[in-house]
Amino acid sequence: MNDILKLIANCVENGKIDRNTPYPPGMKGQDGADELTRLALDSGIKPEQILDGALVPAMAVVGDKFSRKEIYVPQMLMSAKAMNGAMKHLKPYFSTGETKRKGKVIIGTVAGDLHDIGKNLVAMMIEGGGWEVIDLGVDVSSEKFLKTIDENPGAFIGLSALLTTTMENMKKTVAAIREKHSGLKILVGGAPVTKEYCERIGADFYSPDPQGAVNYLKQFAE
Amino acid sequence: MRTILSGTAKEVVIDTEGPVVIIGESINPTRRKKLASALQENDFNPVLELARSQIAAGADILDINVGFPGVDDEKLLPEVVKAVQDCFDVPLCLDSPNPAAIKAALKTAKGKCLINSVNGNESSFNSLLPVASEYGAAIIALCIDENGISDDPVKRKNIAATIIGRALKSGIKPEDIIVDPVAMAVSADPRACLVTLDTIRLIRSDLGHNITMGSSNISFGLPDRESLNAAFLTLAVYCGLTCPIANPEKITAAVRATDLVLGRDDYAVRFVEYFQSRT
Repeated sequence: MNDILKLIANCVENGKIDRNTPYPPGMKGQDGADELTRLALDSGIKPEQILDGALVPAMAVVGDKFSRKEIYVPQMLMSAKAMNGAMKHLKPYFSTGETKRKGKVIIGTVAGDLHDIGKNLVAMMIEGGGWEVIDLGVDVSSEKFLKTIDENPGAFIGLSALLTTTMENMKKTVAAIREKHSGLKILVGGAPVTKEYCERIGADFYSPDPQGAVNYLKQFAE
Repeated sequence: MRTILSGTAKEVVIDTEGPVVIIGESINPTRRKKLASALQENDFNPVLELARSQIAAGADILDINVGFPGVDDEKLLPEVVKAVQDCFDVPLCLDSPNPAAIKAALKTAKGKCLINSVNGNESSFNSLLPVASEYGAAIIALCIDENGISDDPVKRKNIAATIIGRALKSGIKPEDIIVDPVAMAVSADPRACLVTLDTIRLIRSDLGHNITMGSSNISFGLPDRESLNAAFLTLAVYCGLTCPIANPEKITAAVRATDLVLGRDDYAVRFVEYFQSRT
């Protein structure tokens, strides 16, 4: 069993989505995360074992490599796609409730801001950390965040802003959420955002890289 | 088509036939924490230093952005414009999402400025086009509308055409409209730069306007960003880009080389002059 989990983890680390993909060139013709996950489930391995024993640790390796600039955005996206190749086989177990994830995270880029790359990377890493991610996309109003929080009580919130000018909307969104839900944890990030700014606007956590968000969330895992 | 901008003394012609005009991007507090804190304390020395170094490195026009959280840019943008114009004669590109700040800066500014930017939203038309017309400023028409950023070059060009149509109705001259096709990071989408290049080609062939773009972010998330930016800029100029907003300290060498290769620099005068200024 450990062997196949290792193989799945290896696919995710290297971005091997399925048998058909020619990437990475060194793994051409081999089974990818997609086939191996199916095989693992069919041979009786539990979905949570695949999640916690292969996907979560593999994505942590990917996140750390990215933080150290050993890999770049395209490599990270390949790994995320490989993770999705595995995840699609696990999702039916999540939706029936047979397998539980660690909790929910609502994420989005704040109003007036159309940047999505950083937010997407964080969403992928958090999903790869075993969480259910509700991605609201870009240019998300405070109202939309509030509505989604009402539909998903107790969720964690991730806000992204990439412009000095839209950071103001991040502040407004944090204030709007705090007014109604004082206890929720709010994570913020994006190029111009700093730890000081995070504290000033009353958010709970800032990280300069995606893996930092995953590490922070670990302490709250259900 | 020829767009003519002016500062306190210097006039700059942006011609669709080239050569490339460089709009220096560096007066912008995003990712420059020292600049942001200096601006917060009304210390304009770092701004003046960035103006000086960019002009020395080849900037023909300076983009002025004073955005940081909580800024009163209606007050600060005109102040910075005045401080820069007291020392430098180049034309300015006024960069703010706040139309009131643009208007206040235009009131103060001498010469003919460029407004960065008018997008395809009705609110942008209503707030900026009358201001541009009143002060005789040129505008950047940004190919984004209420549907966001399209990955279809034809749709982006159509947004440009819509903005141009509205601008002309407001009394802005066609040559005073410079189109920004929007450049996106190639790390997240391998076709992102190709879409921009195709958009530039369409704008050039169908609309014939000058074209600008912020071109430094296409390399986000990748190593050796300078090589990537230079490759993209060269291709974009060949397709019709005429006045990139970029860091002249990083991009001028590629710009001069591209102009020379495209037959726009007789006797390699500018290319050699730039080389000699750096050695």
